[in-house]
Amino acid sequence: MISKDYIILDPHGMHARPATVLLKLARQYKSNISLQKDGKQVQMKSMLNILALSAKCGDTISVIIDGEDESSASLALDSFFNEEMKNF
Amino acid sequence: MKGIGVSPGISIGRAFIIKSANAVSSDIVLDNDEAKKIEIEKFDKAVHDAISEVESFKTNKNLCLSSGDIEILDTQIEFLSDPQIKSDVYDKINFESKTAHDAVIEVIVAAVLMFKNIDDEYLSARSADVQDSGNRIIKHLSNNRFQFDQIFDENTILIAEDIAPSDTITLDIAKIAGFATQSGGKTSHAAIIAKAKGIPAVVACGSDLLLIENDDTVILDGSTGEVIIRPDFNTIEVYKLKQKIFYQESALLKSLLNLPATTTDGHNVKLFANISNADDLEKVFENGGEGVGLLRTELLFMGRNSFPSEDEQFHFYKQVGIKSKSKPVVIRTIDIGGDKQLSYFGIPHENNPFLGYRAIRICLNQKEIFLTQIKAVLRASAFGKLKIMFPMICNVDEVRQSIECVNQVKHELSLSGTKYDNSIELGIMIEIPSAALMADILAREVDFFSIGTNDLCQYTLAVDRMNDKVSSLYNHFNPGVLRLIQSVIDQAHKQKKHVSMCGEMASDPLATLLLLGMGLDEFSMGASSIPNIKNIIIRNSLSKAEEVCRRVMGMDNSDNITAYLQKVSK
Repeated sequence: MISKDYIILDPHGMHARPATVLLKLARQYKSNISLQKDGKQVQMKSMLNILALSAKCGDTISVIIDGEDESSASLALDSFFNEEMKNF
Repeated sequence: MKGIGVSPGISIGRAFIIKSANAVSSDIVLDNDEAKKIEIEKFDKAVHDAISEVESFKTNKNLCLSSGDIEILDTQIEFLSDPQIKSDVYDKINFESKTAHDAVIEVIVAAVLMFKNIDDEYLSARSADVQDSGNRIIKHLSNNRFQFDQIFDENTILIAEDIAPSDTITLDIAKIAGFATQSGGKTSHAAIIAKAKGIPAVVACGSDLLLIENDDTVILDGSTGEVIIRPDFNTIEVYKLKQKIFYQESALLKSLLNLPATTTDGHNVKLFANISNADDLEKVFENGGEGVGLLRTELLFMGRNSFPSEDEQFHFYKQVGIKSKSKPVVIRTIDIGGDKQLSYFGIPHENNPFLGYRAIRICLNQKEIFLTQIKAVLRASAFGKLKIMFPMICNVDEVRQSIECVNQVKHELSLSGTKYDNSIELGIMIEIPSAALMADILAREVDFFSIGTNDLCQYTLAVDRMNDKVSSLYNHFNPGVLRLIQSVIDQAHKQKKHVSMCGEMASDPLATLLLLGMGLDEFSMGASSIPNIKNIIIRNSLSKAEEVCRRVMGMDNSDNITAYLQKVSK
């Protein structure tokens, strides 16, 4: 299991467009991926649940990845949160 | 009537009213498992059809979709296929014996409410996406195939309760001259799309919008939020003129947006903006600003009962750091005193507050205020290219003490393992004549100067701008002021330090060529002034600017200088 913290860099927070890209990204891996914020944990499968975390710009969000391809999934998520998130 | 202008521009056209049919619950109760099974199948099919419909938009070449449009449709597909929505609807059918139709309405209402309650304008506006998905499923459930594929006449102004995200894509938007909606906000989907496509739009007009009838003539002003119904001839003429001016200005802005501020002979300067908080940054980038030359921090300290805590300040600066997209931001440490008083920080009455206890003088005397602010800024420097600037410097001691404070905080942060930018640039405001006169000495201590022309003029000329009897003496083209500015720039350049200007003179179009010729590196001003100043810079050469500067420096009074600058700037 890999667990990492990221800071939401998109000025508008985790809104529909980055969440869509994130969902598509997560689907490419077999690992079970979930997000956690303020003690609330959700599976990275439902758009509604991701948005319901209401992660705003500057908030910290934890990502938990568990499964056979967790290390490659983790790399992809690194680049998503640290780079792509800036450009939505 | 007035709403919120969300996409600037003026449109004059004929109203077309879109009435949205609100789905109403049937309140039917299912009485057997077979009926429930049928309802679940109906729901699955409706979702499947809805997704196919959206997929078909994506491949429809007639819609000429941008990559942004495709993303909106993808988002809609995610909502339509959301496992949470699906399981909630199943539960309502199975355990509450609702029809698929009623179950979808209830699940969507709850989801929309959840979004609306999020304490963030942008995220809460996403409730429209959920509503949109729900409406699409309902539409397929009820075989109500009303399509928004109507062809509109030229100059149609759409009037609607609200416009759903997917509608903005499938609508024949090219033909629409503008739209006004009853609800919505600055970040509602329709507002974002209108802005992206350059269509004037006004939202949140309220129920007054119902007064409009089909084919009424309507004027929309997307900048001010004004909506005029059935205007008279004169009003139309006035708005036609406004429309023409707007087109000209926005064409200029657009043509300049991504150009660097480079003269015809290749000399580059930077155009920065003066801001008060992170939200101002959006406007800076819209106007082609390349960063922030002055972040005033006073707003953070005003309108409250006590000093903001380090964490509060950190959050404020961090937002600025993140939203500045790695562009430089100069943060000026607190500049209270003078005409800026805090209710919770009593400064005893002074006969000459402008010559009194203010800015860096307070900070160096009551260091806890200063250290807290510096610590917050340094912590935030891990999130953007921040710089620190000290105001009201009059001697080298103040500079050294200020830098010592920064070093002290850096040391503390290093010990606690907190991230910060160790090479953060430090600069000072040049706004007191003594500082300007000894710029050679001060330049050795810091990374940059920023000339605050408002105070520099006031102190150099001994004129209170607010005093009507003497305010006519206040003039930044006074040869004494100009000599000071020229000398500050020259002294800084001798030591390879850059010089910015953040006072009003930087946004005065008459002064642009002169300052360019003096060698000013950075101009910082209100964001809306940037296009105009950039336009002057890119149309002129450095050699011409230097010639203008030489001539001006040979003149002996501000009237002649102003007249000359007016002549050359034509």
